[in-house]
Amino acid sequence: MSPTLAGLAQVGLLVVALAVCYRPLGDHMARVYTAEGHWKVERALYRIVRVNPDSEQRWTTYAAGVLGFSFVSIVLLYLLQRLQPLLPLDLGRGAVDPGIAFNTAVSFVTNTNWQSYSPEAVLGHTVQMAGLTVQNFVSAAVGMAVAVALVRGFVRARTDRLGNFWVDLTRGVTRVLLPIAFVAAIVLVALGAVMSLARGVQITGVDGVQRTLALAPAASQEVIKELGTNGGGIFNANSSHPFENPNAWTNLFEIFLILLIPVALTRTLGTMVGDRKQGYVLLSVMGLLWGALLTVAWWAESHPNGVASLAAGAAMEGKEVRFGIPSTALFAVSTTGTSTGAVNGMHDSLTGLGGGVTLLNMLLGEVAPGGVGAGLYGILVMAVIAVFLAGLMVGRTPEYLGKKLGRREVTAAAIAMLSMPTVVLVGTGVALLLPSTTGFLNNPGAHGLSEVLYAYASTGNNNGSAFGGLTVTSDFFQSTLGLAMLFGRFLPILAVLALAGSLAQQRKVPPTVGTLPTGSPLFAGMLLGTVVLVAALTFLPALALGPIAEALA
Amino acid sequence: MSTTTPLRTPEHDPYTPEQARDLHAERTGRKMRAGAFNARQLLTSLPDAFRKLHPKHQLPNPVLFVVWIGSVLVTVFAVLEPSVFSIAVAAWLWFTVLFANLAEAVAEGRGKAQAESLRKMRRDTVARRLREDGTEEEVPGNDLRVGDLVVVEAGQIIPGDGDIVEGIATVDESAITGESAPVIRESGGDRSAVTGGTTVLSDRIVVRIATKPGESFVDKMIALVEGAERQKTPNEVALTILLATLTIIFLLVTLALQPMAAYSGRQVSVIVLTALLVCLIPTTIGALLSAIGIAGMDRLVQRNVLAKSGRAVEAAGDIDTLLLDKTGTITFGNRRCTELIPVGGVGVAELAAAARLSSLADETPEGRSIVELCARDHGLAAEADAGERSAEFVPFTAQTRMSGVDLDGAQVRKGAAGSVKAWIREHGGVVPPEVDQVVDAISAEGGTPLVCAAARDGSARVLGVIRLSDVVKPGMRERFEELRAMGIRTVMVTGDNPLTARAIAEEAGVDDYLAEAKPEDKMDLIRKEQEGGRLVAMTGDGTNDAPALAQADVGVAMNTGTMAAKEAGNMVDLDSDPTKLIEVVEVGKQMLITRGALTTFSIANDLAKYFAILPAMFMAIYPQLDKINIMRLATPESAILSAVIFNALVIVALIPLALRGVRYRPSTASALLRRNLLVYGLGGIVTPFVGIWLIDLLVRLIPGIG
Repeated sequence: MSPTLAGLAQVGLLVVALAVCYRPLGDHMARVYTAEGHWKVERALYRIVRVNPDSEQRWTTYAAGVLGFSFVSIVLLYLLQRLQPLLPLDLGRGAVDPGIAFNTAVSFVTNTNWQSYSPEAVLGHTVQMAGLTVQNFVSAAVGMAVAVALVRGFVRARTDRLGNFWVDLTRGVTRVLLPIAFVAAIVLVALGAVMSLARGVQITGVDGVQRTLALAPAASQEVIKELGTNGGGIFNANSSHPFENPNAWTNLFEIFLILLIPVALTRTLGTMVGDRKQGYVLLSVMGLLWGALLTVAWWAESHPNGVASLAAGAAMEGKEVRFGIPSTALFAVSTTGTSTGAVNGMHDSLTGLGGGVTLLNMLLGEVAPGGVGAGLYGILVMAVIAVFLAGLMVGRTPEYLGKKLGRREVTAAAIAMLSMPTVVLVGTGVALLLPSTTGFLNNPGAHGLSEVLYAYASTGNNNGSAFGGLTVTSDFFQSTLGLAMLFGRFLPILAVLALAGSLAQQRKVPPTVGTLPTGSPLFAGMLLGTVVLVAALTFLPALALGPIAEALA
Repeated sequence: MSTTTPLRTPEHDPYTPEQARDLHAERTGRKMRAGAFNARQLLTSLPDAFRKLHPKHQLPNPVLFVVWIGSVLVTVFAVLEPSVFSIAVAAWLWFTVLFANLAEAVAEGRGKAQAESLRKMRRDTVARRLREDGTEEEVPGNDLRVGDLVVVEAGQIIPGDGDIVEGIATVDESAITGESAPVIRESGGDRSAVTGGTTVLSDRIVVRIATKPGESFVDKMIALVEGAERQKTPNEVALTILLATLTIIFLLVTLALQPMAAYSGRQVSVIVLTALLVCLIPTTIGALLSAIGIAGMDRLVQRNVLAKSGRAVEAAGDIDTLLLDKTGTITFGNRRCTELIPVGGVGVAELAAAARLSSLADETPEGRSIVELCARDHGLAAEADAGERSAEFVPFTAQTRMSGVDLDGAQVRKGAAGSVKAWIREHGGVVPPEVDQVVDAISAEGGTPLVCAAARDGSARVLGVIRLSDVVKPGMRERFEELRAMGIRTVMVTGDNPLTARAIAEEAGVDDYLAEAKPEDKMDLIRKEQEGGRLVAMTGDGTNDAPALAQADVGVAMNTGTMAAKEAGNMVDLDSDPTKLIEVVEVGKQMLITRGALTTFSIANDLAKYFAILPAMFMAIYPQLDKINIMRLATPESAILSAVIFNALVIVALIPLALRGVRYRPSTASALLRRNLLVYGLGGIVTPFVGIWLIDLLVRLIPGIG
């Protein structure tokens, strides 16, 4: 089978697998977040933290829950790393450096999983399992909770209650993430991934030198790393490491896990608002972006413009030979289109255009299809903006999903939309202002600019993938990238919850033929245009000096 | 439910449906022309545009404020380092601000002329105030207080707004309505309101003053048309927030660009960065936003509707449900003769002759409609001849409940079935049972039966039954279909019984009806609709309509109505034409569409500007970026200047569109969106590519640029 055919077969298989799971999982999540009853284990948890699961919260209380929970999580994760020598299974790796500990704590709590450390050198099994893996679950559940709260804002009418954050958080873990992760981990182990508490194995390399190959409980963390669109590898090489991602099947399975929940959440939206077409429209926009970027990346990686690459037949630098070009492009586009950030190749080695695609994919605001929950609320915010901009053209105050978009809604959506570009542009601008920055760069010129832009795009969008090439261990980068992650995560969340609160208070406006049809292909086109245009207008100058200049050279 | 019919409304619409539609088109067409943009307005508004260069005028508009600051900044640099390029950019940035001011000034200027003519009405009047003892004293009109009673006689100007408490008069209201035909105003009922500044033509009335000086209807009108009290509407505020957000994003884009450019090898000059910023921020919609709002109000004024706030105009575009009174709105104000049904073997010609004769002297609209029908369908004379004129007219009274004539010893009568039957028996006649069947059938269908009978030489007989029924105005069905296409539900409100109501509702093609409606029912209906999330519009004129007018999202009060109704509504229709509500909805929609279209256009424009400016800025650093100079602009300077010039000129080019409003045809949201996305979305992307390329062809000829 030729690589192209194999690649197409993989894409086909992936789409079929997602299509099969779309309905059952989407509807299951809708039930999870609307069901009345509680599981016994959930009740036990609520009792321990003294939460009344049947009380509902205003958007402010809900937001306080998100912020409070995240703050406590950061503190605990920081302490866990700093106190590593006191923990079992620390493998003698010592206390984590404060800068790294802060950055990592923020990174995993914000669902970014930007890694400024080398896991097998820095972290023991306990911190990995009790710290990072736990955050992989709960940070994903937080994203889903916020998305569901926004959907409730559209669904509910004349109320100031958005649900209970603690219940949504708990159910996201117990009823969605844990069951899927449990099954998927077994599948992954069966397919060859490593699951071990041993320190490592001794091997003799081809050069005759004795080495220790680090082992870790990889499969269990790998699964939630993809499923929760987290992306933090248990090994430094992430999904290009054969213990995390041994073969083409695991590679495809991991891509499937990355896309599973973000895709199915559009079904959850359609089911919850009682109009499936609304979900299909969002999914089609996500799918079109993903498909278009995949095509460009695949083409770009197959048509590199360097003499050496041409001689080698393709741009294989930084790619695993066991995956090849199509699987690497598929993984790269899926991981940057969601807020995952796991990588199965070196993004820094992608072609100018291919690297630009991964960068653009994040700069679109992570909506193709976006992180768990974050993708849904991200595209809903863009839909609100699109409806407001062009929706006036039908001669009515803009309405979306039965709610009018007035001053408060537009303000909230505008803040949500404004946060990411602000973080990325300010971060990149300030970093480039510093003369020291050039010293941290692997490459000069346009590629160097891409490396800095990529770092802030990745952290500002809570993606966490690294272009590489930029040494980020200086205090400046540790702290500003940490701040980028915090602002990039919580500013939009606050704005989205405010939007939800304001929407929930409104009456529901029944649709008429005079209402903007938001379940139609026409609106899908309009939304797609808005997402692309906003990103293009915001980042074209930066992209022109980075990947575009590089690609045109 | 109350209805009034001003004198000038033709009671008998002489038009066929086709003619009526043409007339409507012509009428609206004329009004559109009257409001159309005239290039001379640009010149006359220029002084105002310069006056608005003061920064305090720019502050409320964040987009233009940024342009203003940018202009100052570039001017400083142009002075410090003068070059053809820097001076040209500075000049065109100032033009951008100026053109934006011009748009607003032109929009405001159109209201000013109207305000001027209204001011003339406010000239000082002398009021004849009644003292408590009944004597009169003369006081200046400005000294009148609420509750004062004043006497106004023929030829005098009414000194203030109020209600007539005594008397009846014809009043010339042409000063505010533009209509020369006088209207009748009388105490009590729903035609008691008079407006200060109008002139009494006949008789004597006593008016109780209802407003304080300076707060009269005319004062409010002046403020409205001048736009002095213009406040941003909710949608305008929301749009301004979004435009401000975009402005902030583009500010960040340009600020972050400098370190990126410096890192890449060369700093960009402040002039170029400012030019880029101004080109990117949504200046087009920012410049035209307030003009669109003012023009929207103005379009209503041209249709003789006064909106008390822009908010109401905007709400009109959102209306989901229209409540329309049956009488006077959907049907003609009076019932009309539609059929003659002979009984007992009488020929229809004989019945027609008798019906005509009995109605010749009957000046009621119903009576005249009988004569007309006889003339049209039976070839009888519409006017009385000399012999008939000598006949003795027997008028209708509440006791007899019939009318007719006595001529040459014969008596002809028409009237309520019971009365006429009794009259027949009195004259020794027999009523055939068939009559009751016909009468009952007509009543059941919602019509009014009039029995026509004749008596001669002591023998009386029934000739037949005249059917009077509500006649739906021509063209209504088509209008309701248009409204349905726009997603608006029409509900007919009537005091008739459900059977009659249903018959008319079906004939007129309304979506729903409310029969046997009392004012409270109307109120309940509005509340129910609003509970369901729908916006409701209605018209009304009576005092008992006031609560419903206030409750409705858009309440259009008839100018002929009471002060209470006019106070409660958020619009007043000076023509007192209830069907105008439909036009009000269209104006509201048009205003929102214009805003959306220009916003979309403005943002779509940015793409081409990037293609012009980005290669111009960075070609020196990365020569390969020349490949994205797809317009092949001559030099970096010509490219940047062309983009700035296009950005400024497009404002002027779009002023007429902003004032006139985007073309609007009632249709579904999908159809509207498809069309407007194509024209203003796609058009917005393509137009600047062409425009900038053309401007560059000229600009490159300037020495120092090309």
